[in-house]
Amino acid sequence: MSSAKKEAAASQALTPELKTFIAEWKSKPGNLIMVLHQIQERFGYIPRKAAFEVADLLDVPLARIYGVITFYNFFKLNRPGRNRIQICMGTACYLSGGEDIILEIEEMLGVGLNTVTPDGEFSIEAVRCLGCCGLAPVLMINGVVYGKVKMEELPGILARYKKAS
Amino acid sequence: MQKLTMDALREWRVLQQQERAAVDPSTAAIQIVVGMGTCGIAAGSKETLAAIREAVATGGFAHVSVRQAGCMGLCHSEPTVEVSVPGTPTVIYGNVTAANARKIVSEHVVNGRIVTPWVYATSPGRPRVGMEGFNTYPGQLRVVLRNCGVIDPEQIDDYIARDGYAALEKALVRMTPDQVITEISRAGLRGRGGAGFPTGKKWSFAKIQQTDQKYMVCNADEGDPGAYMDRSTLEGDPHSILEAMAIGGYAIGASKGFIYIRAEYPLAIATLETAIAQARAYGLLGDAILGSAFNFDIEIRLGAGAFVCGEETALLASIEGKRGMPSPRPPFPTVKGLWGKPTVINNVETLANVPVILLKGGDWFAKIGTPTSKGTKVFALTGKVQKSGLIEVPMGTTLRQIIFEIGGGIREGHTFKAAQTGGPSGGVIPEQFLDLPLDYESLAKIGSIMGSGGLIVMDQTDCIVDVAKFYLDFTVDESCGKCAPCRIGGRALCNLLTSITCGNGTLADIDRMREIADAMRNASLCGLGQTASNPVVSSLRYFPDEYKAHIVDKKCPSKKCKSLLSYGIDPIKCVGCTACARVCPVHAISGERKQAHVIDAAACIKCGQCFTVCKFRAVSRD
Repeated sequence: MSSAKKEAAASQALTPELKTFIAEWKSKPGNLIMVLHQIQERFGYIPRKAAFEVADLLDVPLARIYGVITFYNFFKLNRPGRNRIQICMGTACYLSGGEDIILEIEEMLGVGLNTVTPDGEFSIEAVRCLGCCGLAPVLMINGVVYGKVKMEELPGILARYKKAS
Repeated sequence: MQKLTMDALREWRVLQQQERAAVDPSTAAIQIVVGMGTCGIAAGSKETLAAIREAVATGGFAHVSVRQAGCMGLCHSEPTVEVSVPGTPTVIYGNVTAANARKIVSEHVVNGRIVTPWVYATSPGRPRVGMEGFNTYPGQLRVVLRNCGVIDPEQIDDYIARDGYAALEKALVRMTPDQVITEISRAGLRGRGGAGFPTGKKWSFAKIQQTDQKYMVCNADEGDPGAYMDRSTLEGDPHSILEAMAIGGYAIGASKGFIYIRAEYPLAIATLETAIAQARAYGLLGDAILGSAFNFDIEIRLGAGAFVCGEETALLASIEGKRGMPSPRPPFPTVKGLWGKPTVINNVETLANVPVILLKGGDWFAKIGTPTSKGTKVFALTGKVQKSGLIEVPMGTTLRQIIFEIGGGIREGHTFKAAQTGGPSGGVIPEQFLDLPLDYESLAKIGSIMGSGGLIVMDQTDCIVDVAKFYLDFTVDESCGKCAPCRIGGRALCNLLTSITCGNGTLADIDRMREIADAMRNASLCGLGQTASNPVVSSLRYFPDEYKAHIVDKKCPSKKCKSLLSYGIDPIKCVGCTACARVCPVHAISGERKQAHVIDAAACIKCGQCFTVCKFRAVSRD
């Protein structure tokens, strides 16, 4: 393996903090989902290598782990963009034009839902109700919530996250 | 902080109450409270709070207290700030940006002049009487939300000062487990997750089981899109849930509780973690609570984005670390639940009622509401209303009161078309039922359900068929796939609705949908499949003409379904600016500069860009 590839592979391995967390939770029944949450928090998704290690440490078949990851919408198998754009598709947001916002952002970035832009900068997802229905339509970028979003504001909002070239 | 005994808790409560009461007007502090729920933060309340703190600090005022609280329920006017200055009425300001906040401090706090244009609501009284005092909440009765927007959720002492943990104390000292259950039954409390099962009965089923371990579980999954009642309760008053679970544990004989909360609520999760730690430090959770023989502790378990995990057996499977797939019942969880042990699962709102019922009595609670549905209901009022927000009303309040009196009517001068309760499991409620008193039975009779409390309001620009399709898209995506009626029936319903909204429907489709709906209702394994067809069935019942228009006329009366719109250019209004032709992605518009343009209907993909870009209103669509 080239050193770059080795580095990439190493960076997907479980960190000491994660291993400590797993050790703490090992004896608790039903620990798998809590462990996967910690891993996703660290990497933004569940890397294949990490899933293998969890199977080993928790003594759980890999098939069970992938069964859980693929069932739950929250867990991702692919690295998201550096900036994660999540557009709420709850009922109030849908009625206030949430779908049009999705189409507009897809148009602006040139990628569809659940895809990363070629430069790795942005990924777009439609998410379940964020619970801010009074501010419909709502979108969230890297955890920051934007409410009462108008189409005209989208270029300005995205510009804040674009890397200075 | 030391662990409290019963006496110590009582003394501590009196002390906290005295600290908070405005006893001597000359020393009474000016109080500023900033709403810091998720919506508030999304609207900028963190910046508002920082600006106020800075203004107060630089001004050098010693007698001003600046605190945070949970959601005040005024979602349409976030960020909200409550200001209480001696000599002036207490007011809530709305839409308080950081700049406005600085002005409010200098005008109202320093000079005692209320900034009237920014005031959202006024209350005559001081000290703070809770949200009821404000003139903006006509017809509301805040029982579940009693502390939301009033206390700082991160200060357990605030909760204790408002009779927090007094109900747990009462239960442990003066009531037997059977007496606790009797009181809950006397109150007539029914499950607020949507099914309305009598809570006292559920607790009694678990209590009679003889076993070594039982569990109390709080269902904080709140998956209905458009519903955030539980989120606000957990963010604004987390201890009410902890106290209720402990009381439930005492009643049924459980020493362990779990709160299953969806991962999409990071602020509520953090608030709960803080509250649990504080309760443990005070000895209100853990071993020998308040010096009694009762042990009870609570753990948080996260969901991971599966709507079906709001269903109780799927929820238990999820806590057990498995795929969230429901199981057949019987056996019910109260007999065989988490890891095979008797388990009571209650919704957040159900639990929030428990401490109040024990303190004020089941009879007091039973006086509120209707003969079959006691107490209040929290609704998340959203959609096309003027004043979208979190409200709590006695059961039996009518839709008209909620939408028009509290919600301020339909926004942008539009007309009411329908309301939707129960989310993807519920039905549409047309105009003829605006005066229906809302309770479990009355809603079931007209083909909807109470649901968890999401109340979506639609106007004439919303297409009922499109909304039914939206809900079916959702339930098909969220179906766990285990049983055929839901997995296959749901997908079939969804396909039929899609084809109808694209202009490819036939009248036979309507009978087909009814047939599939019947099968799903009768044969699905869990509530998701059983109720997934409700939006379709109820919309067919009350808006058959809309379906006919889509199918027979190939038209969408609300102009929502894009495939059924046809775009045209009025040759009289068109000035030939070419803006539409330039923006058309398929070059379907032709015309010379300064000559009327024409759209080629065959080439048109109905994207609507020409309609959006035309400044002369020459483009029409219908």
